[in-house]
Amino acid sequence: MKVKMLSRNPDDYVRETKLDIQRVPRNYDPTLHPFEVPREYVRALNATKLERVFAKPFLASLDGHRDGVNCLAKHPKSLTTVLSGACDGEVKIWNLTKRKCVRTIQAHEGFVRGICTRFCGTSFFTVGDDKTVKQWKMDGPGYGEEEEPLHTILGKTVYTGIDHHWKDPAFATCGQQVDIWDEQRTNPICSMNWGFDSISSVKFNPIETYLLGSCASDRNIVLYDMRQATPLKKVVLDMRTNTICWNPMEAFHFTAANEDYNLYTFDMRALDIPVMVHMDHVSAVLDVDYSPTGKEFVSASFDKSIRIFPVDKSRSREVYHTKRMQHVICVKWTSDSKYIMCGSDEMNIRLWKANASEKLGVLTSREKAANDYNQKLKEKFQYHPHVKRIARHRHLPKSIYSQIQEQRVMKEARRRKEMNRRKHSKPGSVPIVSERKKHVVAVVK
Amino acid sequence: MMNTTKAAKGSLLALSQQEELVDLPTNYPLSASEDEGDSDGERKHQKLLEAIGSLDGKNRWKLPERSEASLKVSEFNVSCEGSGEKLALSDLLGPAKPSPSLAAVKKQLSRVKSKKTLELPLNKAEVDQIHREVAFSKTSQTLSKWDSVVQKNREAEQLVFPMGKESSSFAPIEHVFSDWKARTPLEQEVFNLLHKNKQPVTDPLLTPVEKASLRAMSLEEAKIRRAELQRARALQSYYEARARRMKKIKSKKYHKIVKKGKAKKAIKDFEQLRKVDPNAALEELEKIEKARMMERMSLKHQNSGKWAKSKAIMAKYDLEARQAMQEQLAKNKELTQKLQVVSESEEEGGADEEEALVPDVVNEVQMNSDGANPWMLRSCNRDAKEDEIQADSEEPSEPVVHEISENEGNEKSVEEEDVLLKEFEERRSLRKRSKCNQNAEPVSGQETKDSTSKEVLSELRALSKKLSEENHLSKKQKESSAKTVLLVQEEEPALEEEEPLLLQRPERIQTMEKLEELGNEDCLPSKEPPRAAVEGEQMRRNPQYQLKGKKKEQMISLQNLLTSRTPSVTSLAVPTTVEELEDEVEREQKQMIKEAFAGDDVIKEFLKEKREAIQASKPKDMDLTLPGWGEWGGMDLKPSAKKRRRFLIKAPEGPPRKDKNLPNVIISEKRNIQAAAHQVRVLPYPFTHHQQFERTIQNPIGSTWNTQRAFQKLTAPKVVTKAGHIIKPIKAEDVGYRSSPRSDLSVMQNNPKRHSKHQKQLKKSSMD
Repeated sequence: MKVKMLSRNPDDYVRETKLDIQRVPRNYDPTLHPFEVPREYVRALNATKLERVFAKPFLASLDGHRDGVNCLAKHPKSLTTVLSGACDGEVKIWNLTKRKCVRTIQAHEGFVRGICTRFCGTSFFTVGDDKTVKQWKMDGPGYGEEEEPLHTILGKTVYTGIDHHWKDPAFATCGQQVDIWDEQRTNPICSMNWGFDSISSVKFNPIETYLLGSCASDRNIVLYDMRQATPLKKVVLDMRTNTICWNPMEAFHFTAANEDYNLYTFDMRALDIPVMVHMDHVSAVLDVDYSPTGKEFVSASFDKSIRIFPVDKSRSREVYHTKRMQHVICVKWTSDSKYIMCGSDEMNIRLWKANASEKLGVLTSREKAANDYNQKLKEKFQYHPHVKRIARHRHLPKSIYSQIQEQRVMKEARRRKEMNRRKHSKPGSVPIVSERKKHVVAVVK
Repeated sequence: MMNTTKAAKGSLLALSQQEELVDLPTNYPLSASEDEGDSDGERKHQKLLEAIGSLDGKNRWKLPERSEASLKVSEFNVSCEGSGEKLALSDLLGPAKPSPSLAAVKKQLSRVKSKKTLELPLNKAEVDQIHREVAFSKTSQTLSKWDSVVQKNREAEQLVFPMGKESSSFAPIEHVFSDWKARTPLEQEVFNLLHKNKQPVTDPLLTPVEKASLRAMSLEEAKIRRAELQRARALQSYYEARARRMKKIKSKKYHKIVKKGKAKKAIKDFEQLRKVDPNAALEELEKIEKARMMERMSLKHQNSGKWAKSKAIMAKYDLEARQAMQEQLAKNKELTQKLQVVSESEEEGGADEEEALVPDVVNEVQMNSDGANPWMLRSCNRDAKEDEIQADSEEPSEPVVHEISENEGNEKSVEEEDVLLKEFEERRSLRKRSKCNQNAEPVSGQETKDSTSKEVLSELRALSKKLSEENHLSKKQKESSAKTVLLVQEEEPALEEEEPLLLQRPERIQTMEKLEELGNEDCLPSKEPPRAAVEGEQMRRNPQYQLKGKKKEQMISLQNLLTSRTPSVTSLAVPTTVEELEDEVEREQKQMIKEAFAGDDVIKEFLKEKREAIQASKPKDMDLTLPGWGEWGGMDLKPSAKKRRRFLIKAPEGPPRKDKNLPNVIISEKRNIQAAAHQVRVLPYPFTHHQQFERTIQNPIGSTWNTQRAFQKLTAPKVVTKAGHIIKPIKAEDVGYRSSPRSDLSVMQNNPKRHSKHQKQLKKSSMD
């Protein structure tokens, strides 16, 4: 009689070395796992709670300035170096790993209005209230040498902003007009003017590097082409735009930080309707900077908070604030997309994590896998009320909270009034205008 | 006229006179036409002659003499003779009509006539605007090349930053060597040697073997080779299957025939062999002899085996068994006999050897089926087979092909995983359906269910196929439409209705417990308001409700009120007889109905039903006591009250029923509020149908339910960044576009327009 024996392939259960994990044979047949969805739901809920528990975004505060921080600049080659200019004309270079100031320069009299680094990282430019543009070496002066700029250009008017070209030795300043300078010359090689108001900021497009965008006090945003030396188009919004920032991954998209508490993302080919209106701030938005991945951007506001917006969402996914942080004037997203820096009125530069609950440092592969799994679970169950509720919860200072409530009431009232007006007037005479179209006054060719 | 003015000018330019005059006739055909025109009026003719005369002579200008005082005194001594008449173009053209050679001239003249004066240049603002518009359309055109890139990046499953591929490609050796030169004497010697042997040093650098291997890599050959391998495999499996089938045949007669046939064939072959090659035949004989000896040694045919013993027992009753015994004995005798005759042993051996003659494949199969551990054996066999195959094929392409097949294997495993995943999904959906079916019709045969499930499965497959096809189609359509600006595609989200992503509050929450509360908080208000609202409304509607209701509740219960018959109220005033009659008829009918439904108490039944519904909807207590656990157990023994109390989990009391105060309705509360708090109320935005959403939720992504690779694939994050790596803005080269070779600055400096501006500025600055 033959005896039938169960036999298994030893490859399936014998581990190769003692250090390997024991092999656990699993049967993935779904009929054997009736509770997979509830189990995953619980896991997702726990992951969400843990995310909130571990959400501690604040990393460090860099103090040393003796006046409000007016501008920040990233080093193009080094992640640890940051430059900042203050309202008393001081420029400081910081080392982020040590969290110390490496070098201090008294660059200007009055405000340092703008600061930008050269694309190679060997020098940087500053403009100030004293009508000068100065170029500085990134390395400090040698022993016994005096701290002196490489070049100084004396202008006729005050420059309010500066940005360097991404490839060529050229930079652009703004003030009464947009000037483009060759680094070697003391006169602008081209100045472009359209309208007569002071221009507050100018930015080069990082992808199509010959494009520039500027925003002026007469509520407009103007685009320029440097090669053809002409302005291209102008869009006039409801209120003044403070700065713009180009998307580093999408050549034709830029975001404008506006005084009317909103941010507008435009497609530069179709300026008449913004692609997205980002609203959550309760006061003027002063600065905006894109994440180098081009998926999100961070905005700094006069309401003493910074917010992170996904590019394709109109609401922010994160808000950062501390008790001591005052009006945030400038903000930058570091070039490894992990951190955010903001400079504020009360003389400090603060360093935040871009992802509040992310664990810093090296992760083991298992940790990484668990992290990925948790992220996916959160994403999968994000619409479930409990998960949603916990994931959305944020603490806000009372001032902002009450202001939000107030604005909600105002908005509701406005909406109601419009509805009533529509109800009592001839049909079609009070058209429904979408939120995106509402804020654009005109597009000038 | 032109000629005369020309002439006037010529008089001024004293030096260049000669050449110009020589050139004139060729340059200006007009003058030629003038020469030929001689049919005009006398005076004109005279004038013309004079002019001609002045053309070729040295003293071109016969100064006109003035005989009388004229009104105009010309500076250049131009006579005003005939000033009243004007020379018109038509006058000149008139005589030219007949000659065809003057067609070109005519054309030119007519063109001159038709030309209008130049328009004024546009003012600066307008010019600027035109410039701007042109520049804008140009730039937006160049920008739209990024559309596809942006689209791709947005839809990408995973984006890994930094984006630019690290150039890990190694430089080919000839490039490395090109810079290198022999310096030391030893190196030079080596180089000399190499050059003598004509070893390729730089360019081709491939030995013939390498070339052959390269050629072997060609796709077609690999395909052919693969096809061959496939055929071989198919054949092998076919033979295996046949052998297995043959082996399974139980008919003894068949086996006997087969055996006999084989023996006969063996003899025939042997005879033939003896004729053809006696040496080989001898060897064969020896082999047979050896086999016989082995058989003899094995004691197989002694009557000592298990089979033989059992047959011995059965032999008394069973004729067949007896026969088998006898056969065995005979065989034994044969084997044990001392043999001299070759032919006899040969016949014996023939039968024995037949097993050795059977092809290898069959043997393998037998081994597989008999072996202790099929897994081990199979792998061994496979290796052996592969070795054989390798030995068979002596072509140089052989190892390459194997690699390919291995790769295929890998791909296959991936595909298998996908297939597995799909299967899981199907099963999952099937499970859901079968559950539904069970709920709907709990009594149904197993077979029918199976068949229905199969049908469902096939339907599902067909559906999914259709869906995928449709998707393809729609994708294509989308792609075609995607060429328009991105903005158009993006759906306009209703901004006003969009709720904020964040729930902002002035309280800080830091512990898990509070988070949990937060979760519950959300569902609580949704539970409570309805009841409160209902009651509140009732209060508002009838203010007496509060006062009266409470009193009445004390006095009468609703149930009693309902169950007690309401006395039929007959109207007292019934004047007419006709109505009386009708009334009687009605009464009769009512009586009849009453009699018919005498036993039924509808209202009571309803109340009972309601009570049952309430009972059914109440959450049940859970009894987790294990009888006999920690104490004595048995038939009549019950677990102690203490144990029961301890292990009884009381169900939480749900919210009060909605129909609590409504006596004559049952409001079904099958919708589980406890569960509803965890359920999604509205279909979230990107989904268009609830089934889509449900499917995403149903498919688990954890490693508990998925294979490792599937788990990795399912949990791959959308954006991957590395800490400490600088992410640079996307470049045209990264995505395969050619960026302009000239820098923006140089383009700008070559721009004439800018140049003029620049000069202007320089002037300005110098003036300053």
